[in-house]
Amino acid sequence: MNRMNREQMARRVAQDIPEGAYVNLGIGLPTGVADFLPADREIFLQSENGLLGMGPAPAAGDEDPELINAGKQPVTLLPGGAYFHHADSFAMMRGGHLDICVLGAFQVSVHGDLANWHTGDPHAIPAVGGAMDLAIGAKQTFVMMELLTKQGDSKLVEKCTYPITGLACVSRIYSDLAVIDLGPGGAKVIELVDGLSIDALRAVTGLPLIEAARLPRS
Amino acid sequence: MIDKLLETTFDAVADIPAGASVMIGGFGTAGMPDQLIDALIGRGIGDLTIISNNAGNGETGVAALIKADRVRKIICSFPRQPDSHHFDAAFRAGKIELELVPQGNLAARIHAAGAGLGAIFTPTGYGTLLAQGKETREIDGRPYVLEYPLHADVALIKAHKADRWGNLVYRKTARNFGPIMAMAAKCTIAQISEVVPLGTLDPEAIVTPGIFVQRVVEIAAAAPAA
Repeated sequence: MNRMNREQMARRVAQDIPEGAYVNLGIGLPTGVADFLPADREIFLQSENGLLGMGPAPAAGDEDPELINAGKQPVTLLPGGAYFHHADSFAMMRGGHLDICVLGAFQVSVHGDLANWHTGDPHAIPAVGGAMDLAIGAKQTFVMMELLTKQGDSKLVEKCTYPITGLACVSRIYSDLAVIDLGPGGAKVIELVDGLSIDALRAVTGLPLIEAARLPRS
Repeated sequence: MIDKLLETTFDAVADIPAGASVMIGGFGTAGMPDQLIDALIGRGIGDLTIISNNAGNGETGVAALIKADRVRKIICSFPRQPDSHHFDAAFRAGKIELELVPQGNLAARIHAAGAGLGAIFTPTGYGTLLAQGKETREIDGRPYVLEYPLHADVALIKAHKADRWGNLVYRKTARNFGPIMAMAAKCTIAQISEVVPLGTLDPEAIVTPGIFVQRVVEIAAAAPAA
């Protein structure tokens, strides 16, 4: 099956982030989107640990242990950037000030429920961080993920079996096989990778996916 | 004359009792008040409840406190990390209780304590395991979870500069929980890198006004590695 690699997925997400957007990119796959934001757009990256206007990683030797991102990696601050404390940082999320947040996921339901913080393994030590605040806070929450697990199971599901991070919060999935809008009406496929048919996608996901009126190929 | 500066970290933590609730600033190691924690470990008291974003990284700060077996309970958002081995071991051995709180709720509960609020309704966590058994309410069509403030006996935080009144400015992303923890604890102790004369911090730029800070200790910059 033809599928996008992670760089292609990151490029695809970046293409949809408009000029002037305030954006939080989650740890993992979404972090890579920053590398492909169009240079001719001013986009503000927020980091939960108190940073707006986050820049790329510093050159080797210029790292500052007090200038890090949510993944605790060294970053830089762009001219015009700002530092702030944690209550302000999470007010930006919860208060609906962030335009877009891009998160990874274990599972997403066709109605936009997100599961991305806990596998449910009773022996695992749980950790949640800012996942629940990000999921429900931004004006739009996008998920970026491979659509199938390594075992071939669909991560887009009728109902999440992993513990929920947020209810009805994901509006769009950017996956390696398709771009899919989610909402009360269910899952609507708006783009497919070359060579994949909507019926083939229905078959691998086992879901009654809706086909967008004029489905373009990406 | 009011002078909140103390000579040593040991003076600063000398009266923290066993069983105290202690907020500790920091996100990972950025903003972690390592030297105050070392002094607290040196006091030998235990049975502490720690409120901090993480449950320790590597061998210093909160990790050292856990390694020294001084923590009965930790309230945090993100304990499990690649370098949280001291917490992981204590947790698996049943030696430490964990209250997991979404990071924004942690910040909001700390802020609520400092602001004198009786509780908050937050949308974060609604419908999840972390809100199980908690009161909920629909307000203007949106569901919220009732969460209570987090108070503490002491806050240990790290800032960049201070004057003798305890006015603080921070450095970069080491600010994180410092300003709100300073508000929420009965006694806030700040370790700082530089004391400046009263009146030299720009009043427009002071992040934490001295009313929220009781004690300040200057930590000499570490000598550059040879």
